[in-house]
Amino acid sequence: MELLAAGFIEDNIVPKFNYWIYVILMMIGLYAMITKNNLIKKLIGMAVFQTAIILFYVSIGVKEESGIPILGHGQHHEIVEEGKPSGEVITKDEFANPLPHVLMLTAIVVGVSTLGLALAISQRIHGSFGTLEEDEILDQLRPGGHD
Amino acid sequence: MKFFGFIAVVVVGTLLLVATGDFPGWGNPHSPASEGQVSGFYIEQTVNVTKVPNMVTAVLADFRGYDTMFETVVIFIAGIGIIAVLRTFGDTAGKASDYPEPDEGSDIIVRSTCHLMVPLIQLFALYVVAHGHHSPGGGFQGGVMLGASYILLALACGLPVAKRRMGERKAIVLAATGIIIYAGWGVACLFFGGNFLDYASLDPVLPGDKEMARSHSMLVVEIGVAFTVTAIMFAIYSNLATRGRLEKGL
Amino acid sequence: MIWQFDIIILILMVVAAIISLRVKDLLGATMVFGIYSFLICLLWAEMGAVDVAFTEAAVGAGVSTVIMTATVFSTTRRSRD
Repeated sequence: MELLAAGFIEDNIVPKFNYWIYVILMMIGLYAMITKNNLIKKLIGMAVFQTAIILFYVSIGVKEESGIPILGHGQHHEIVEEGKPSGEVITKDEFANPLPHVLMLTAIVVGVSTLGLALAISQRIHGSFGTLEEDEILDQLRPGGHD
Repeated sequence: MKFFGFIAVVVVGTLLLVATGDFPGWGNPHSPASEGQVSGFYIEQTVNVTKVPNMVTAVLADFRGYDTMFETVVIFIAGIGIIAVLRTFGDTAGKASDYPEPDEGSDIIVRSTCHLMVPLIQLFALYVVAHGHHSPGGGFQGGVMLGASYILLALACGLPVAKRRMGERKAIVLAATGIIIYAGWGVACLFFGGNFLDYASLDPVLPGDKEMARSHSMLVVEIGVAFTVTAIMFAIYSNLATRGRLEKGL
Repeated sequence: MIWQFDIIILILMVVAAIISLRVKDLLGATMVFGIYSFLICLLWAEMGAVDVAFTEAAVGAGVSTVIMTATVFSTTRRSRD
């Protein structure tokens, strides 16, 4: 019975589970960006949205039975020192797809810089308005509001 | 607002969930992304043309060198933007913080532990930068760790102690130096008859053959990236923690 | 890839994202967001993306948590939602 359940999960849920979760996380982030009132909460929503995209890309690059995209020491030695053709030593399915990893690696670092810039702007907003709540800021900006 | 946001999220989410039905299964080695010519070339030929075992670093610093160079520029611009938005001079910083400023470096245990930790962190960060083409790591990771070591110093001993090691002017100069190293290495390739960032043309001046020249050049551009990332990470922290006054700190 | 591990981490990630967006205290939200970053770093190590996992551990879980904490301390800790 247990084996049956595991087989069912492996056949029907596992192949798509990463994609479902990526959609769910992305929608959590989008909902937070639309409806949350606090600017820091909006930024957390933005970061969740961003990690959802990265999750999607990294999930694409996975292969069954694959390891990390770094050659083993033995393989590297065989190709570089002994001069074997790389096609004989390397099988493509043995390594995860490195291209999505590269694209996402830079995206993470750029993401933290833009997060820092957004935090800087929200600090300036707090300096001018004394609050981080969106509706209070809009109240103060409206002609005839407080201030 | 909440209601309309919920409706929009449900509609978009349903569409995306329906679309996942057409995706190749997770871990399928014959998915279009993994079957394509490009990733196959990177996996099989990277070691032939660059002698670097870590494919991610090789693609990052060599095959997609333009991409990484301008990502570094984006980080630099973000850092400059934060300084431009937040930095204030003199006593015009506005209202005082709601929280009392703790007197800096009061706890001897924290200070001593931090002074023991920082050299080890920096040593490991340099290892990560220098060994990036043989193991996980590279300029971005090592640079962030170097920046984090200065942030640790600022957290434990107060910002003035960290500023003595990495002042504001020094940070900006360091960040610009990193980009100049990266772009300058690309321009150096032009002088030897190659294209911009075509490292193989540098083999008359670098030890080893054409493949080793690409491997060594990767190290140089990773060092450039590490300079920029280190300086900008510390600049981001020091401006955010003091609201641009660069005094006292958290 | 180990699918049992993968499913557990993904569920925990959704839980962490929801908690960090629902906590009213901004410092608490930041800390839960740090937990979220560490979980996603673990997930990428499991999927074979070691370089991405390394970057996320240093950047997402380390620096971005610190700069968000710095912002929370120099602005306000309360949030209405």
